[in-house]
Amino acid sequence: MLNGGDQALDADAAIISIRGLKTQFDSVVIHDDLDLDLMRGEILGVVGGSGTGKSVLMRAIIGLKRPTAGTVRVFGEDFYRVGEAGRLAIERRWGVLFQGGALFSSLTVAQNVMAPIREHLNVSDKLAEEMAALKISMAGLPPDAGAKYPSELSGGMRKRAGLARALALDPEIVFLDEPTAGLDPIGAAQFDELIVNLKNSLGLTVFMVTHDLDSLYADCDRIAVLAENRVIEIGPLEEVRRADHAWIREYFAGPRGRAAGMSHA
Amino acid sequence: MAAAFSFETRDDIWRLRVSGEWRARFLGDIDEDLRKFQADSVGHDLIIDLDDLTGLDTAGAMVLQRVMRACTARTTASHFRGGSRAHRALIEHVEPHLQPCPVEPPWRDPFLLLLNRLGRGAYGAYISGIKILSFIGVVVTTLARVARDPKRLRVTSIAHHMEEAGLDAMPIIGLVSFLVGAVVAYMGAKTLKIFNAEIFTVELVGLSVLREFGVLLAAILLAGRSGSAFTAQIGSMKIREEIDAMRTLGLDPIEVLVLPRTIALVLMTPILAFLAAMLGLIGGGLVAAQALDVSPVLFLARMEESITISNFWAGIIKAPFFAFIIAVVGCFQGMEVEGSAESLGQRTTLSVVQSLFLVIVIDAFFAMFYLEIDF
Ligand SMILES: Nc1ncnc2c1ncn2[C@@H]1O[C@H](COP(=O)(O)OP(=O)(O)OP(=O)(O)O)[C@@H](O)[C@H]1O
Ligand SMILES: [Mg+2]
Repeated sequence: MLNGGDQALDADAAIISIRGLKTQFDSVVIHDDLDLDLMRGEILGVVGGSGTGKSVLMRAIIGLKRPTAGTVRVFGEDFYRVGEAGRLAIERRWGVLFQGGALFSSLTVAQNVMAPIREHLNVSDKLAEEMAALKISMAGLPPDAGAKYPSELSGGMRKRAGLARALALDPEIVFLDEPTAGLDPIGAAQFDELIVNLKNSLGLTVFMVTHDLDSLYADCDRIAVLAENRVIEIGPLEEVRRADHAWIREYFAGPRGRAAGMSHA
Repeated sequence: MAAAFSFETRDDIWRLRVSGEWRARFLGDIDEDLRKFQADSVGHDLIIDLDDLTGLDTAGAMVLQRVMRACTARTTASHFRGGSRAHRALIEHVEPHLQPCPVEPPWRDPFLLLLNRLGRGAYGAYISGIKILSFIGVVVTTLARVARDPKRLRVTSIAHHMEEAGLDAMPIIGLVSFLVGAVVAYMGAKTLKIFNAEIFTVELVGLSVLREFGVLLAAILLAGRSGSAFTAQIGSMKIREEIDAMRTLGLDPIEVLVLPRTIALVLMTPILAFLAAMLGLIGGGLVAAQALDVSPVLFLARMEESITISNFWAGIIKAPFFAFIIAVVGCFQGMEVEGSAESLGQRTTLSVVQSLFLVIVIDAFFAMFYLEIDF
């Protein structure tokens, strides 16, 4: 484990484990008795139809949507019961890329990346700038993007800038909500490659919500399928696609599923 | 264990031994010393010894590469040595990403910026004046078009905005007018007492509330309450590209969004101004009864005697004009929003400031006009 260093021993352990999760908006139940494990060093792809609660699941894990029941254990600690200091300590160890990038519009890209660095690390401005430049370049942006405002960027560049900010504190886990949605196929493929590269070189663990079949084939070690308020199937792609469930069959056997499967065979 | 380093020089080759955890959170403590070492090492060959390194992240790797690459004078004798495979791989991984990037837009002369802003501001005022005029033109022609084909009038939408911008504003407008009426009466009573002419408080309250305060207070509150709401509503639709979607679907945003709001406000404001005037009079009357012993009956009788109905009309006539300008400016600023949420905030502020300014200007014109025609 590169990034984990001292935690290398428990390489097989679940870095996040969710048990009996229930979330709801008023009386509308989104998840019910949902179990899910995220293993250290893997890329887990979460798929499911629109509105099945993939984004909500991600928000429940990162503390933005309090579950009504169940536990979310992160790095072995119960995230919703560790208290303020414990939460902050955990939050520093992950990075999040939101569906729309969620960059601060009044800051330039470099300032966006520097925001968490300034907030959490006791470093000089100069070092913070160097660290931001590193992350911006690692996310695949040209250096001159640093001084641009989010409104001056294309959708794909905004995603990359969001990723640079998510990576700012060298997190152990990154959460990605549909990272390739809205990118052109070339840009999407580059983004896939980037994520796999970062995972390999930094030892990241990745939780990725995606609709992009190519991403699933290219990136993911395991896939979790969300339907009927829970995870109906989880495992390596090959296993999951053989599962006997109407939605899964349609998903992988449909024209797009077949095309993506063929090109990655 | 925090990050640390030590160095020695031997045979003109500098050796840097790094130890501990070179992670982002520990780097702040050593960065200054490391930069000094980096500056001193320029021009010498350098070996960075990684054997005692216990932890490394991209920030640490970047810093080590920065030291290594501080000058071009190093020969092949310079290299990293020892350390785990993983650490070496990480150090190699960050190497191509070392180029600095600008953080802020390029620096510019503040004096030039000042001039630039001044010019921009003046030109912007001119342009936005023209734009508002042409927007008014578009609204009026759309209104004319819809008037010929009244089926196109969105009655539901008009009713909705009449409720939201009109009915819902009644309590606050009523309350404020009541208080202002009372304050005017109180001030009048106090001043007029000096001349033993307290009874003229009735004229003072009647004239000022009917001609000015009623309608003006209604307009001011509407500008702050409804004009800004129009800007925010239309502006957020603009950000989400709803306005563009409307255009491509053959819907005219002026007809769908601007007209109903304008019509609703023009219809409601006279009513609100009337309410404001009445409550202003009541407020004045109450103070008169309390502080001057002018009974409500006497107050009314004196009003009837000395204040003609034309004073009431002089006030209420202004209401639709104010309403029109508030609605149009609010919608116009909403349509001018672009891109970011920040622009939405700026436009909302502008909308309130501009409509208040225009309301006062129009009010002044009316005053001069009334003076000329002796109304
Ligand atoms: N703030 C909210 N209030 C009420 N309901 C919500 C809220 N956010 C999400 N929902 C509901 O929760 C369900 C799951 O939403 P979620 O955003 O997680 O879907 P998703 O799986 O991410 O879909 P997509 O693939 O389209 O992004 C939806 O039915 C949605 O209507
Ligand atoms: Mg979603």
